[in-house]
This record gives sequence, structure tokens and C-alpha cells, in this order.
Amino acid sequence: MLIKKPADIKSSEITDYADFKQRRYFIKQAALLGIGAGLGSLPLQSAAKNTDSRSRPLKPLLKTSYGQGLKQTSYDDITSYNNFYEFGTGKSDPADAAHNLKTRPWNIVVEGECEAPGEIGIEEILSGFVQEERIYRLRCVEAWAMVVPWVGFSLGDLLKRFKPTSRAKYVMFETLFDPDQMPGQLRNTLDWPYTEGLRMDEAMHPLALLSTGLYGEELPNQNGAPVRLVIPWKYGFKSIKSIVKIRFTETMPKTTWWQMQPKEYGFYANVNPQVDHPRWSQKKHRNIGEGIFSGKHETLMFNGYADEVAGLYKGMDLSKYF
Amino acid sequence: MLQFSRSTIKRAIKPVVFVLSLVPFSLLVYAAVTDSLGANPVEALTHQTGLWGLYFLLITLSITPLKKITGMTWPVSLRRMLGLFAFFYACLHLTVYFWLDQSLLWQDIIEDIVKRPYITLGLSAWLLLLPLALTSNQFSMRLLKKNWKRLHRLVYIAALLVVVHFIWLVKADYTEPLMYLGILLFLLLTRTRIFKWST
Repeated sequence: MLIKKPADIKSSEITDYADFKQRRYFIKQAALLGIGAGLGSLPLQSAAKNTDSRSRPLKPLLKTSYGQGLKQTSYDDITSYNNFYEFGTGKSDPADAAHNLKTRPWNIVVEGECEAPGEIGIEEILSGFVQEERIYRLRCVEAWAMVVPWVGFSLGDLLKRFKPTSRAKYVMFETLFDPDQMPGQLRNTLDWPYTEGLRMDEAMHPLALLSTGLYGEELPNQNGAPVRLVIPWKYGFKSIKSIVKIRFTETMPKTTWWQMQPKEYGFYANVNPQVDHPRWSQKKHRNIGEGIFSGKHETLMFNGYADEVAGLYKGMDLSKYF
Repeated sequence: MLQFSRSTIKRAIKPVVFVLSLVPFSLLVYAAVTDSLGANPVEALTHQTGLWGLYFLLITLSITPLKKITGMTWPVSLRRMLGLFAFFYACLHLTVYFWLDQSLLWQDIIEDIVKRPYITLGLSAWLLLLPLALTSNQFSMRLLKKNWKRLHRLVYIAALLVVVHFIWLVKADYTEPLMYLGILLFLLLTRTRIFKWST
């Protein structure tokens, strides 16, 4: 399966890593000089962080053709601009607070409508499946987007191990609930634990990724370590992070954002430029990392993955099942 | 130790506050030029200019209660300037939205204004502040006489619209905008008969 290179991204626009590092170094120096100190609400220093924790490369890594030619968002942007309310509602909160998360040992409990319920540890997830690099577009419901070189494997490969029965129509996922490690959970911003779900055929689609890393390395905590979902044709909030539980169910699971604001967030949450969020348009998005004057880009149906996934929703009224 | 006379302080306070009021603007320009506004610089500029507009609005509205409670009169001489800075940051906010966020695509902008209530409210607040900024001079005061004061009461409505504009765009965490709503309601209540300090 080859994802076509969109016309609006030129490879000449890619910042090479050395340039990028140098730029960050300059910003760090400026911050050290104390320029801009004092006004805490200005986000001046945030850009200089998060480059020192790179570690633990994932090997062997199978390169794939997914997203070849897409301009990748920088490691620094991907790891400093996150929605992960378990660590706070600000975009830089996860990068600031996620270092307390312990990702070893880590187990996922698998239960519900399956023949072989059980547990699987992170070491087995890392060694028992071929880790692939897949470059996917990520589209947030807030109308910004990134391109991320994920590491992981098809979610279906893991699910099959637990032998879901014919009664398994949906699969539900849960994030860790532990306010000691996740200080954002001390407040009731969301109904913890964070819960997401997919229809079984969506979950078994080869594009649905269980991700263990990015940029060839294990996931940084703020990106959902040690294991998260990546559903590239759906808005980012469907791609649940730091998963500890998977349950096969017969009925549609009650997912967090959908339950909280059913008029704004649906169960499906497929990227769809024709169906606006009630408070903002979904026709366009801003690519992270393109700078101040770049403007926005047209959002594609299913985030550009229509050829692969449109069939899953044949005959459905997508303005009703949004 | 340096000693300043009362009159020196009085003369210096205005230019000092003027320069201080430009500090957030300067830092934002510096951060924009050096690409240190984080991963989403347009969002950062939008949020920061909006926040500073709101801060200056709240500061401006706290001068009358400050006088009522403490009897201090000197801040009154700063009120016009602070109010104009609120308008200045509101204009920057609007400019960032029109230009950097929407790339001056008027069709998109109009659709946004019509379909998104929080944007409608934000623009309405700016439109209410506009005549206040335009009539913030001695000439207009003389010309409008009693009506000047009536006209400038629009600032209360504008401030409420600004805070509701903020509340309406939040996804889940209402703490910050509700805090500003609390401060604003307090500042407005001090102007009613419930609060009788003196004079």
C-alpha cells in the first residue's frame, strides 16, 4: 500500500537535522541570557526543551513505504506540543510533567469477548512483533496537523492473539489511571480513565497502528509511552495513549470525549472536512512547523486515507455518524 | 539611597507605565523573529495578544475600585493610557487572526464570524471598544459632555463579551477563563450600591 505524496509539500522544505539542532541551540542560548525572563505566561522557553531525553532506539526496524515523501514534523515539535490531559491541559504540560510516568514494568490486560483473555507485557510487545516504521499524517480535531514517523505494528496482529469471538463487535481501550504519576488526573477535566474505542473492522484494518515509538526510538512519555494507538484517518483524540486495558465488547463503548460533549465529538471521529466541529471549521488545518506566514492547508477526506478506509463506512451518513 | 520626591514620581509614572505596557508586545515580536514561540507560533500569538488585551482591560477596570477602596487617586491619571493599551492588544489579536491565522481570506473569515459564536462575540467586543478608543481625547469629552460617560460604560459590556468569548472557545478546562470572569464580576460589583466604601 503506497500513500501518495501530496502536491503541497515540497521535499526542499525539509529542515535537515543539523540545521534544526543549531537553531534550537541558538534559542537555548538566548533563553540562558535571560532574554524574556519574568513573564511566565509567554511561551518563550518551551521551544528549547525536550531534545535531551532521546534514547533507546528500537531495533530491528522494518522500513515501510507508508508516507514516503511526506514532510516530517521535527522531533522537537512532535514531543513538545501535545494534548495529553493526564499531564495537564496546556500543550507544553505533558513534556513538562510526563517524566514521572513509569513505563516499566507495563502490562496490558486484554479481556471481554475473546477466547484467550490475558495479559501482555511491554517487553513482549516490543520483541514479539516486527516493529515497522510508518510515516502517517496526524490531524487534531483542533485543526492542526503533523506528520509523524511512528514505529509500531498493525493493531490487528495483537488483537488476533487473544482470539476475539463473533460477539466482539467493538474494541475498547483504556489509559492508565494513576494520579501519582499523572498529575492532570487530580482534577476532573475529563472523566478518567480516558477511554476510546473502535468498531472491530476499523481495529482490524491494516492502517490501524499500535505504536511503540517515533523517529526510530521508543515513545517519549508525553507521546503516550510505552504503547499507544495511532488511527491516522481519525482525529487525534481517538489515538489513545499509554494503554493498560483492551476489552472486546458487543456494544459500542462509551468513549471519553463523545460522552462528555456528544454534539461536538462523535464515536467515529473520522477526519471529514465537510462536517464542521460546532465551534470551528474542519475544512482546513495548520501544519505544525511551517512557521508564522505559512497559512493553512485543505483537509482531505479521511485525512488523505480515503482510498484505504472509505469502504469501511459505505452507506453510512457521515454527517450523522461523525 | 536614591530618594525621589513626590512630584518626580508623579511625572515619571506615566512614561514608566507606558514602557512597561509595551514589554509583552516587544517580547512577542522578539519571540516571533527568533522562532521561539513553540510548535504553533500563530496559536501562541493569538492566545498571548488576546490574554494581554484582557489583562489590560481588567487593570483598567480596577482603577475606579482601587480609588474607592484605598483612596488613591494617582492611578486615575493612567486609566486612559491603560484602556488604550487594552485596545492596542485587542487590535493585535484581531490582526493576528485576520492575517496570520486566516491569511486574509475574507470568505473564510466571514463564514467564521457568522458561524462561530465565540468569534462573533470577540469581534463584537472589539467593535464596542473602537468608539471608546476613538473618543478617548479631550476634544471628544468636551463635545459629548454627559454622553461621553454614558458611551464609555460600553466597556463593561465589552469586557463581559471578552470573557464569554474566552469561556466559549475552551474545550474542557474552564479554570482560567472562569477566574477572569470572577475578577471581572467583582470589579463590576464594586461599582454597584452593594459596595459602599466611602465618599
